[in-house]
Amino acid sequence: MKPFNSAIRNLIILLVFALYMLPLTAQEHQENQEYAGHPAAEVHHAEEHTTNHEGDTHGEEKLDFGAFIKHHIADDYVFHIIGDISFPLPVIIYEPGKGLDVFMSSAFHHADENHLTRGKYYYHHGKLYIPELDENGHIVMDEHGHPVGKHEATLGDLISGNKHVFYNFSITKNVFGLLLAVILLLVIFLSVAKAYKQNPGRAPRGLQGAMEPLILFVQNEIAIPFIGEKKYAKFLPYLLTLFFFIWINNLLGLIPIFPGSANVTGNIAVTMTLALFSLIMVLINGNKHFWGHLLNPPGVPFPVKIILVPIEIIGIFTKPFSLMIRLFANITAGHIIIMSIIGITFIVQSYVVGVITSVFSVAMFTLELLVAAIQAYIFTLLTAQMIGGAVEEGHGHGDHHEHEGVHH
Amino acid sequence: MELLNPNVGLVFWMMISFLILLFALTKFAWKPIVSAIKKREESISNALNAAAEAEKRLQSLKSENENLLAQARKERDEILKEAREVRERMIADAKNKAQEEADRLIATARENIYNEKMKAMTELRNQVAQLSLEIAEKILKERLADDAKQKETVEKILKEVTLN
Repeated sequence: MKPFNSAIRNLIILLVFALYMLPLTAQEHQENQEYAGHPAAEVHHAEEHTTNHEGDTHGEEKLDFGAFIKHHIADDYVFHIIGDISFPLPVIIYEPGKGLDVFMSSAFHHADENHLTRGKYYYHHGKLYIPELDENGHIVMDEHGHPVGKHEATLGDLISGNKHVFYNFSITKNVFGLLLAVILLLVIFLSVAKAYKQNPGRAPRGLQGAMEPLILFVQNEIAIPFIGEKKYAKFLPYLLTLFFFIWINNLLGLIPIFPGSANVTGNIAVTMTLALFSLIMVLINGNKHFWGHLLNPPGVPFPVKIILVPIEIIGIFTKPFSLMIRLFANITAGHIIIMSIIGITFIVQSYVVGVITSVFSVAMFTLELLVAAIQAYIFTLLTAQMIGGAVEEGHGHGDHHEHEGVHH
Repeated sequence: MELLNPNVGLVFWMMISFLILLFALTKFAWKPIVSAIKKREESISNALNAAAEAEKRLQSLKSENENLLAQARKERDEILKEAREVRERMIADAKNKAQEEADRLIATARENIYNEKMKAMTELRNQVAQLSLEIAEKILKERLADDAKQKETVEKILKEVTLN
């Protein structure tokens, strides 16, 4: 009964946290309305790429919301503010053997397949290429319609050892959002820390008062129950950073206008890095008991061990993998749903539907605010659980009886 | 920038910025904040304990004071009672002594009076005897001065003697 109660209490606390941000939803609702002029331009832009590629002339404007949504949840080299207003971000390219190349993304504006950016970069379907040119100066395309030559390195290229790549360290929209979140977190928590220093032993005030229950929540509801009273202190800073980093990025991603709207936590690179750090925390902090039980589970017959040990080893990696996928999928799905609901209006082109979908999108935004907090909570909680499992003291010495009931 | 095959650049920036964030927040935010909260919790619980202790001591002091007061009151009553007794005893003693003195004085006076009376009686007796002797001498002298009268007296005495 007790764990159930505490789960309910945690949910209620999260709900309250989500309500903190309710005034924002009203604002976002207004912004949704303002999208009215925006998608047309955006979709037009997307159309341009496809039509250019297929060599069609500009025919009737067909709404391609799939491309629109995909464009919005993906990374970008420019930061859209509203309508046609956007500002460029720095592009930083490292090409092995040729060094660094830094320029602003506004250089892409007047470039096409005949006029390459800075004479060598070709921006095609959201990806950068350094294409090979034929004798006429035309880009050579492969059978899939991709330019032949070097392309920006992805993690897959890194793993497969593909050498026809260059490295793209651009400050993209997501990197911008990431840095913004980092700066915000530093500003918020350094000022909170300062408040504690200036006001020692007194009741918290203002921002400090808003943050303290959250910090205590992570400490008392996540770190201590899952890692244990003795060892939690070492991991608390990581868990707090994780929780607030994910949460603030989730929230910033929900703000539909600049400086929010970067889909940071809905990007697999970000969630993968976070999951990787959690995995590293487990691997470097796993104690003798953890590895012992993993590689040579006591009291298990040998034939079972042959099956069990590989499963256990795979289990170490599947947990962070599921963390990565869970956060990425939840945030991305939330964005897609909201975009789709808004998109219905423009596909059906009806005011009545517009009113209904606005109501729906507000409901979805509210839900997403909850999801933003819940996903940060779950990621942190499961990380704490992984770490707790890794640092747990085994039976064997004095505390044999104490742990007996837990293990068997 | 594909959905599931992330750009190396973003992973790079993510690692760098998250590590910087982790170290900066750990050093300058989490540790001071958590220790400040812990310190505050400790100081609050200490203060509460001290208050409870003080309350307890106040209570005990109060009862001690009451005890002292009651004791003092009791002592005062005893002292007053004793004083009263002493006074009464003193008065009684004084009375007794005065009585004794008076009795003694009276007794002495009586004795003196008796003595003086006895002395006076003795003197009186002596003087009476003297006087009687002198009278007797005078009478005898007178009687013996005249022979006729002597004879008469002797005869008279003889008569009386024979009669007897």
